[in-house]
Amino acid sequence: MDVELLEIRQHMGRFPPFDGLSDDLLDTIAEQVEVSYFKNGSAILVLNETLNDLCYIRSGAVEVYRSKGELHNRLGEGDIFGHFSLLRNHKVRFPAEAIEDTLIYFIPDVVFQRLCEEDDHFADFVELERPRLETIAEQQKKSNDMMVTRIRKLLTRNPVMVETSTSVQLAAQQMSEAQASALLVIKEGIGDNPRFSFQDSEGRTWQMCGILTDSDFRTRVVAEGLPPQTPVGEVISSRLITVQSDVSVNEAMLTMLRNNVHHLPVLYRQRPVGVVHLSDIIRYETHSGLYLVSNIFNQSSVQGLARLASDVRASFVRMVQEGANSQMVGSALSTVGRSFTRRLLEMAEAELGPPPVPYCFMVNGSMARNEQSIVTDQDNALILSDEFNPEQHDAYFLAMANIVSDGLDACGYTYCKGDVMATNTQWRQPLSVWKRYFQDWMANPTPERLLHSSIFFDLDSCYGEDHYVEALQDQIALTAPKSPLFLAAMARNALNRTPPLGFFRTFVMEQDGKHNNSINLKRRGTAPMVDLVRIHALACGSKAQNSFQRLNDISHTQLLATGMSEKLSYAFEFLCMSRIRHQMIDLQEDRLPDNNIEPENVEDSERHTLKDAFQVLSNAQKFLKFRYPMPAQRQGR
Amino acid sequence: MHGIRPRQKITQADWAGYMAQRLEKARNPAIQNFFGTLLPDPETPISQVPMVALDMETTGLDERRHAIVSVGIVPFTLDRIKLAERRYWVVNPSRPLAEASIAYHHITHSEIAQAPDLEAILDELLMQLAGRLVVVHFRNIERPFLDAAVNARRGEGVLFPMIDTMSLEARLHRQTLWARFRRWLGRPPVSIRLNASRERYGLPVYQGHHALVDALATAELLQAQIATHYRPETPLKDLWC
Repeated sequence: MDVELLEIRQHMGRFPPFDGLSDDLLDTIAEQVEVSYFKNGSAILVLNETLNDLCYIRSGAVEVYRSKGELHNRLGEGDIFGHFSLLRNHKVRFPAEAIEDTLIYFIPDVVFQRLCEEDDHFADFVELERPRLETIAEQQKKSNDMMVTRIRKLLTRNPVMVETSTSVQLAAQQMSEAQASALLVIKEGIGDNPRFSFQDSEGRTWQMCGILTDSDFRTRVVAEGLPPQTPVGEVISSRLITVQSDVSVNEAMLTMLRNNVHHLPVLYRQRPVGVVHLSDIIRYETHSGLYLVSNIFNQSSVQGLARLASDVRASFVRMVQEGANSQMVGSALSTVGRSFTRRLLEMAEAELGPPPVPYCFMVNGSMARNEQSIVTDQDNALILSDEFNPEQHDAYFLAMANIVSDGLDACGYTYCKGDVMATNTQWRQPLSVWKRYFQDWMANPTPERLLHSSIFFDLDSCYGEDHYVEALQDQIALTAPKSPLFLAAMARNALNRTPPLGFFRTFVMEQDGKHNNSINLKRRGTAPMVDLVRIHALACGSKAQNSFQRLNDISHTQLLATGMSEKLSYAFEFLCMSRIRHQMIDLQEDRLPDNNIEPENVEDSERHTLKDAFQVLSNAQKFLKFRYPMPAQRQGR
Repeated sequence: MHGIRPRQKITQADWAGYMAQRLEKARNPAIQNFFGTLLPDPETPISQVPMVALDMETTGLDERRHAIVSVGIVPFTLDRIKLAERRYWVVNPSRPLAEASIAYHHITHSEIAQAPDLEAILDELLMQLAGRLVVVHFRNIERPFLDAAVNARRGEGVLFPMIDTMSLEARLHRQTLWARFRRWLGRPPVSIRLNASRERYGLPVYQGHHALVDALATAELLQAQIATHYRPETPLKDLWC
């Protein structure tokens, strides 16, 4: 393909649905696009006019309206629009207007139709209006499916290249600087092997002569005692194994194994676009989990436990880097949190003596759901045996609760702002009292009362008499589905926190049109999603605590339209992963991790998908209101 | 931009008259055809004018000593830039007047060795330009180089009106009261180079100096300039020179 169109194809190749296209199809598009500039405020598509092109936003932002004039969508760089009309009668159904100075690439209808015919993924994307989110989550799910993923997905940066005349010393310095484990050696002009000659972005012709890896420096330079001034051209081997950027990950791995090399230069046509290392592939393939901090149980003091907090953060970062999904991260961190709690309880019993009556230490909220993040507070309670006598026994359990609560705080699990902790007398009660609590919440609900108690509807045993918590879980599963008023009140509360409407390069668009520079991804995304899932789970009598398991239970009922719970899973997974990734970045950059993300720090592809996830959440919230209405008799009162 | 010779100023006083006069004298068929294809009337709204963005890479800045190495053209209108109709040629710059050592910009010796002389593509180039208004960024390269190159090969040159996106930027940033005020303050003048100009309109940065990419970039820039500072009805005579 002509080097001059590289600009266009590279840009498109970064965005769905183009990212899945073969290089040949991408070239076809790039060659056929027509370009037009639209000033902020000018119309791009006018209702009912004839449309003959798919519109691709190269830069800028666009608003799409419904025929009645209400806002349908806001789109940004890399988004497409117009496909809806192209697939129907070629009349503009959704008018579009530039809301920033915008450059549009128009993809002619013939090319669009050809893409639909030749690429199923593309056709799915535009024909079924298939959400990006689903596609992405599914891709993540089959990320082990190395047969379909193209090797270019694993490339994170351009190759480091040096000329043959560069000294080995300088080359080594460049490698260290770039933190690369291999570099490509090139020389200007057309060489002996036309297969490896290529043009750079400025049109100069180069010949790729070889690759130089970390181990080459050891075996070919240092071991041979060569002086630092030796030109790299003299130490490289003439054997060069490469792959094309659109081969599958699997094929690339086989190439490595067949040729016994660990580094592979990846070429687009003849131009090197990156180098993959065997470890990139292995990392991609295996989700190696967190190796639990077994150390926790070897500690004999709170100080010892507190020192492990940094290990937890390091494990978290490693896990995310190794490609764990949100469920793996959430359950690993919850396991860690439970281990801390258990160890503290053991220490408390060692200090205070054996408990006067049996008890169960209950955890609530994210730890109960096995969805803990690295930024978390503690939510816990004590369920005591019904033999419990406050005058005789409470001093013991208060002391125990204090040891655990203070200990957890020292380990990074801050005190609960809502005072949902066993140190609170109200939440340190015998089982019969707990049963009454739940009975009362479900029989006489008001949104206000439930506001602070909904956290108890995520409950799990952490230590002690597990069956106390199980009894409560049974009670909830039995009563909740038959309590429309309770579900309605919960649903009302679940709508208190809403996702933003739009998500742009530099700001977040609120429902009322206001712009914000940052967004709390927990408050605006994961937490409302958890609330929403919990209500459906309560309605169908599920005893699962984890949101994914709850969604799975829900999917076996008629509560939601077919496919809806799957869609919610995708959205939830993506929201969680975004939050986790941003916390990881915070940690890597030595910042205190939080739940906020700033749109400016979000990559293009992530921004697009986040927007879709918010959309799914928003629609599901709207449905919640209709699904669990306030029963009539209550409104009459 | 030192190294550019002072140019004789060619204005838009009467392009139609000039073209008609050249047509009478023209002997070469390609040039006859070129001048015989009517240009839009100076009063034509810019939205109605068929245009073509042109960019050349040369071995230097002086058309008497340097030569054309590559030519990129992209036909367009105010509405659409037709990338599919783009043309791009690498040509061999060797000519009697060329100096022995020529710094070929981004095109290699071998590529040039295989490239034809401009003569081989000239008929087609002229045909593509005929009847379309040529748009360039900085006319003092394309205009004299093309004139000189055609003259050397056909014994008569080609001069024609152009829209120069750089001079449109200069009108905005170099010739205003504000620009003079800035100069008086000793501030550096606003850059009117292609990429800097594009940035002011929110246009993306394109990499590299390539005749076709720059032609595309110039066409986009003109669309942006018209959308921002002019109107679709603006007559051609206000823009060309």
